[in-house]
Amino acid sequence: MDSTVFIVRSIIIFVIFGITLLIATYSTYAERKVAAFLQDRLGPNRAGPFGIWQPLADAVKMFTKEEFIPAQANKWLFIAGPCFAMLTALMASAVIPFGDTVQYEGQFIAVQGIDINIGILWIFGIVSLGVYGVMIGGWASNNKFSLLGAIRAASQNISYELAMGLSIIAILMMSGSLSLRDMVNQQATPFLGVSGLNWNIFYQPVGFIIFLTCAFAECNRTPFDLPECETELVGGYHTEYSSMKLGFYLFAEYINMFVSSAVISALYFGGFNFPGQAWVASLLPAGALGHNLLTSIGVVVFFGKIFFFIFFYMWVRWTLPRFRYDQLMNLGWKTLIPLAILNIVVTGAGLLFDFKPATWLIVIFVVVLAVISAAQPRKTMRPQQSTV
Amino acid sequence: MQLTNRSKKIDKREMTLAERLYIPAVTKGLAITISHFFRKKPTIQYPEQKRYLGPIFRGQHILKRDEQGRERCTACGLCAVACPAEAISMVSAERKKGEEHLYREEKYAAVYEVNQLRCIFCGLCEEACPKEAIYLQHDKFLPAFTERDEVIWGKDKLVENMDNRYLREGWK
Repeated sequence: MDSTVFIVRSIIIFVIFGITLLIATYSTYAERKVAAFLQDRLGPNRAGPFGIWQPLADAVKMFTKEEFIPAQANKWLFIAGPCFAMLTALMASAVIPFGDTVQYEGQFIAVQGIDINIGILWIFGIVSLGVYGVMIGGWASNNKFSLLGAIRAASQNISYELAMGLSIIAILMMSGSLSLRDMVNQQATPFLGVSGLNWNIFYQPVGFIIFLTCAFAECNRTPFDLPECETELVGGYHTEYSSMKLGFYLFAEYINMFVSSAVISALYFGGFNFPGQAWVASLLPAGALGHNLLTSIGVVVFFGKIFFFIFFYMWVRWTLPRFRYDQLMNLGWKTLIPLAILNIVVTGAGLLFDFKPATWLIVIFVVVLAVISAAQPRKTMRPQQSTV
Repeated sequence: MQLTNRSKKIDKREMTLAERLYIPAVTKGLAITISHFFRKKPTIQYPEQKRYLGPIFRGQHILKRDEQGRERCTACGLCAVACPAEAISMVSAERKKGEEHLYREEKYAAVYEVNQLRCIFCGLCEEACPKEAIYLQHDKFLPAFTERDEVIWGKDKLVENMDNRYLREGWK
């Protein structure tokens, strides 16, 4: 690797790092603004025009608050917890392909931190490490509520990671590669005559719904925010945290949201591909300039998709109430995992008979079942809910 | 018997598959919340925008002058008597020769003080006044005070400014 590639690579890595932090910062602002708008309010609008300096004001507040460590807490683990949460959250964005390649002095440099051939495995590994941050923080606080929150987070993340992994397998079977870049590039082909629209969502609707649900659970977002469920657990695992250590936990959550939005858009919504990109490419001048322009349009499109999913996270947060813990576990183990396995089987059968949209059969089947069950007379009494 | 017809009958029948799938219900909920996203916000941004409080709101006190700019108050003390909170106090004085352009009546209030910590803004002083001198303005709040010596308002703050006269709705 010669020095230009190295320099361009480092720039790309730093830019991705900076953008990740910037987006996480402004997610906090967006969260409050979206929350306000969904509740017929205006949201923060005092710090600067439309309140755009609100994140800075929040940061100043966070930094100047008292740094408190409980007397009986394990001091080093207490500090390590939020650091770990932040570290793992930041590491995951390294393998996300934000754009196609940049042509510079005859070389093609990928707009990606690092293009490893096990990209999706890397993300899964890092995301499952993220639960350590929560677990360590909850344990080190030496507080019942923190520990309960941490245990909830751990069991919830483990339960939903299974279904998440299984839903990904169906996509892996179709793409035959673990590299996120390969997966995105495979979605560039035409779909129904429109170039760049061969998105996996059209082949994997069931897998998408499972993945989306699990992503909500992995990010500890409503309706699965039981680890920090304030009505039951005070503040969950970060009850004892204050100042910027609390800020790190909250920040890590927003970075996780950004990363999972990026993964969802890369896996199911074509990443940096956009409808009609072959036509756009034919309009642009040939050579390095046209190629780089197309890449930058792709990057913008990809960020548009990411922003939509971040918005979707917030939208859902202010729509759905929190699950009860037994409902959460029932949904994870008794519904999503069997459904994910069924999805794998149907996808495999579809690949065998060369019929890629096979999983739509599951959707059709479920819809037919629902219609049939709606038509039948219902039992008058609802059975007692299990409390296990 | 029902007091209102707003109570909903709870459907206790077993849920159908479509209801147990969550997704239709979730979609319905999302549609409701997004409709709120684009709705006009009812917020009134207080320091910049103020709500109209109506023509009979009882706000900050004012001692009116007449059309020639003379103080109307004759220091009869009826307002002080009417005041249930005993917030008003005054010292009367006799009008000298040459002061006719300052005071309408022969007797006037040399000192007129309202203790704003005592005042309950009931408006009884307004009703008691035979000279239509004291009013509670409908469009002006009493500003907040942070020091004890800002509490007692004398004539310097109470008497009407002729350049910016107070007009209530329905007055000429």
